[in-house]
Amino acid sequence: MADTSDHLDGNCLAGPLSEILALEPTTAWWRCPQCARSGPLAGLHVYGPEPGLTARCPGCAYIALRLVRQGEHVWLTVGGGTGAFRFRVTP
Amino acid sequence: MRTVWRTARLAERHAQTRSGRSLVFTVPGWPGHLPGQHLDVRLTADDGYQAVRSYSLAAPADGDRVELGVQAVPGGEVSPYLADELPVGAAVEMRGPLGNWFVWSGAGDEPVLLVAGGSGVVPLASMVRARRATGSPSAFHLLYSVRGPDELWYREDLLHEDPLLDVRIVYTRRSPQEADREPGRVLPADLRAPTARLEPASPAYVCGPTGFVESVADLLVGLGRDPATVRTERFG
Repeated sequence: MADTSDHLDGNCLAGPLSEILALEPTTAWWRCPQCARSGPLAGLHVYGPEPGLTARCPGCAYIALRLVRQGEHVWLTVGGGTGAFRFRVTP
Repeated sequence: MRTVWRTARLAERHAQTRSGRSLVFTVPGWPGHLPGQHLDVRLTADDGYQAVRSYSLAAPADGDRVELGVQAVPGGEVSPYLADELPVGAAVEMRGPLGNWFVWSGAGDEPVLLVAGGSGVVPLASMVRARRATGSPSAFHLLYSVRGPDELWYREDLLHEDPLLDVRIVYTRRSPQEADREPGRVLPADLRAPTARLEPASPAYVCGPTGFVESVADLLVGLGRDPATVRTERFG
């Protein structure tokens, strides 16, 4: 397995998010509600390991989204709270 | 963006370095891609266990032919298998192309800065090859950091005489005798010459291990580059 102490970036979410989004996500703009830093989804810091990915603000580590792959489901949580959307995807 | 898994058959394997490989696959139905994009590879074991990993595309779109750069990571679950064990003719699955952020569009004519750490050169090689193939007037400045002379990928493409490609290699551990610099990590002095030739809107593409990318991106901002022009891609 890849070293999990290091983060990746939002570029690596392109594949996993393509299962549930209609548009290419890495160029989407995001503004951190905590520190007001803004930038593309590609610039978020992403922590694994799969099947659970957490994307955080590169400035203050605020959670932007969490994505979990479980069998034929993808769970998407926007922000750091609870309340995930569950998508059924093609295996 | 509904992406599908396509069958990809290994057609060619070439050693780039001791543990770096170029893998060329034939992927029927491949929709094409832009320089800098990546794809996901999915392997399925006999017992149904699946592993998915991202790899950068190393060459511009060429029909159903797809070239990847794979660095075998010691003890890795997927990369050593792809690099050295997957037989030519065998199939894996691929989905892509992925990512529109770390992409050189080829639309402008401004000079471009590329900064690679180790196998982070793979998506940048795709940009270099695309520029050459399209005859774009953009001058490319590549700063390429590797441990030693035996770790250089794409020697023929990158060291081939090209008035619009200037390559500077930084050796971090072992320098060849003719090197004009002590081995060590990328310093502001290494970036000063290439950044001096950029325009304010010139994009910089930085790809490599996380620590390398963070350090280089900070150096570029320190040298006055607008952070909005610096595009980064990290790998683990």
